[in-house]
Amino acid sequence: MSIARANRLTPYLFLAPAGLVLAVALFYPILYMIYASFLDWNPSQRIGEADFVGIRNYTKLFSDNAFRESMGVTLKFAAVVVSIEMFLGVGLALLLDRNIRGMSVLRTLFILPMMIAPIVVGLMWRYMYHPTVGIFNKTLKSWGLDSIPWLSDGSWAFASIVIADVWQWTPFIFILSLAALQSLPKSAMEASRIDGASGWQQIIYIKLPLMMPVLIVTLLLRLIDAFKVLEVILVMTNGGPGLSTEILSIRINRTASEFRELGEAAAMSNLLLIVLLILTFAMFIYNKAQEARAARLRVVEEET
Amino acid sequence: MSNQSYDRQNPAYYALLVALVVMAIGPIYLMLVTSLKLNVDIMSDSSSLFFMPTLRNYETALCDFLWYEPEHLRRCDPTFGRALVNSLIIGLVSTAITLVFGTMAAYALVRFRFMGRDVVSIWTLMMRMVPPAVLLVPVFGIWTFQFGFDGTRGGIILVYVALNLPFVIWILQSFIVQVPIQLEEAARMDGAGPFQVFFLVVLPLIKPGIAAASIFTFRVAWNEFLLANALADRSSRTVPVTIVNSLTEFDIDWGVIMATGMLLAIPPIIFTFVASRQIITGMTAGAVKG
Repeated sequence: MSIARANRLTPYLFLAPAGLVLAVALFYPILYMIYASFLDWNPSQRIGEADFVGIRNYTKLFSDNAFRESMGVTLKFAAVVVSIEMFLGVGLALLLDRNIRGMSVLRTLFILPMMIAPIVVGLMWRYMYHPTVGIFNKTLKSWGLDSIPWLSDGSWAFASIVIADVWQWTPFIFILSLAALQSLPKSAMEASRIDGASGWQQIIYIKLPLMMPVLIVTLLLRLIDAFKVLEVILVMTNGGPGLSTEILSIRINRTASEFRELGEAAAMSNLLLIVLLILTFAMFIYNKAQEARAARLRVVEEET
Repeated sequence: MSNQSYDRQNPAYYALLVALVVMAIGPIYLMLVTSLKLNVDIMSDSSSLFFMPTLRNYETALCDFLWYEPEHLRRCDPTFGRALVNSLIIGLVSTAITLVFGTMAAYALVRFRFMGRDVVSIWTLMMRMVPPAVLLVPVFGIWTFQFGFDGTRGGIILVYVALNLPFVIWILQSFIVQVPIQLEEAARMDGAGPFQVFFLVVLPLIKPGIAAASIFTFRVAWNEFLLANALADRSSRTVPVTIVNSLTEFDIDWGVIMATGMLLAIPPIIFTFVASRQIITGMTAGAVKG
């Protein structure tokens, strides 16, 4: 009897340490943040001394032009980088999907930008964008062209952070779509070739549709990450000039540490969390639907 | 595989490959070159191809650990050396704790049927996307006012463990599912308890998964800036925090900063070359099946 009871307790014993850490350092902080978003709270106060102000932080945010602009920058940034990266990453995967020597070396080199610290990525790009010692302006100058205000002009700065992000994250999409391409059934490719499909027809009618499940998950993963970008932009522009590159996570950081409005920062974090929850949930639902579909197909196959 | 034939491609294809490789590693190479230059060479207008490589910037950054006194330094600034030690301790300890807790939880989620299992898996999946920026306010408040361990390494380690656990649990699940259950049943027949089965049978079989998970965990702890910045005090700052602190608006000492950046980038680069297969497995797990 005691053995059976011990067995019943085992899963909980295995889960306990992780559960405890997650409860103390992840769930509790998130609940705390939801509560804090209804407070007027500055960093020198204990949370108990802060005044309860209801939804004032939220109403203030929505009427705050700076916040609306930062939300706009975030959405624009996510949309622009994800579409450029999807286009380039999938395109390169289709182009480079050949059986060549050294493909694994190539893949290794391509994941380097993702592995090194975002702080360092920001540092490298800030150096390259430097108005006088940076390589871009040096090159332009040696060609006799005018230098470009990479980080000091609003719209150029936005383009610059997009370029840096595309450099860092296109390989992610490239590697995922290459893996998807290489796991496609060979028979479908051969059948289409025998039917006389050209390279383009193969890509549009066979490869892309078959890759679609992976591509959609990749897109969602990348979109979630695009909302999380912080350090690269922090190091390159710190949100400036003006508010042109101030994405939401930088705004949260500034609101908390510069403006010392913890309640407002918590309200912003909440909104960011809701956006990410929706995206994650979409991915979850999509995965479940795919699994259900695969299971149904298997049943059909077995019956026939 | 040695006699596997490779397709021959046209020259344009190889030109594209070379261009891509240059674009991918060009900035990293530029950082390395800059870290080996004197400031005079960095600022000069002349071509950057010819210069005397020097380790002086690295000497400045690491002066704390040198057995000799670099002659170009009047005073040794120990900030970076201390940060490097902090980063190493925080990275290694948080990785170890995350892996032990994470594998156990993943194992329980895969192998046991128990109440609330589905709820737990959905929540770990959900928690995977919580960005550090969202935790900034609450973690600062709780750590400072309730737990009282702001400014300690332990406090930073605790956040990193919590931040990494959902991902580690999620990725290890996909490896544990592949362990044949017959092996475990055989061990149990021979009289092994659940903990023995786990440590002696399952763990050795999921080594590749553990390698991938530990690289991802260490990378997050090693690279993270925002939470470390909010929680650390002078004695517990990590390398990313010191790098951002030394970035001022004007008059940046590019040589030294690039040297510190290079030192911060070296461990992830080494991991990439040693374990790129595991890293790619980790990245593609979940998105690409099979």
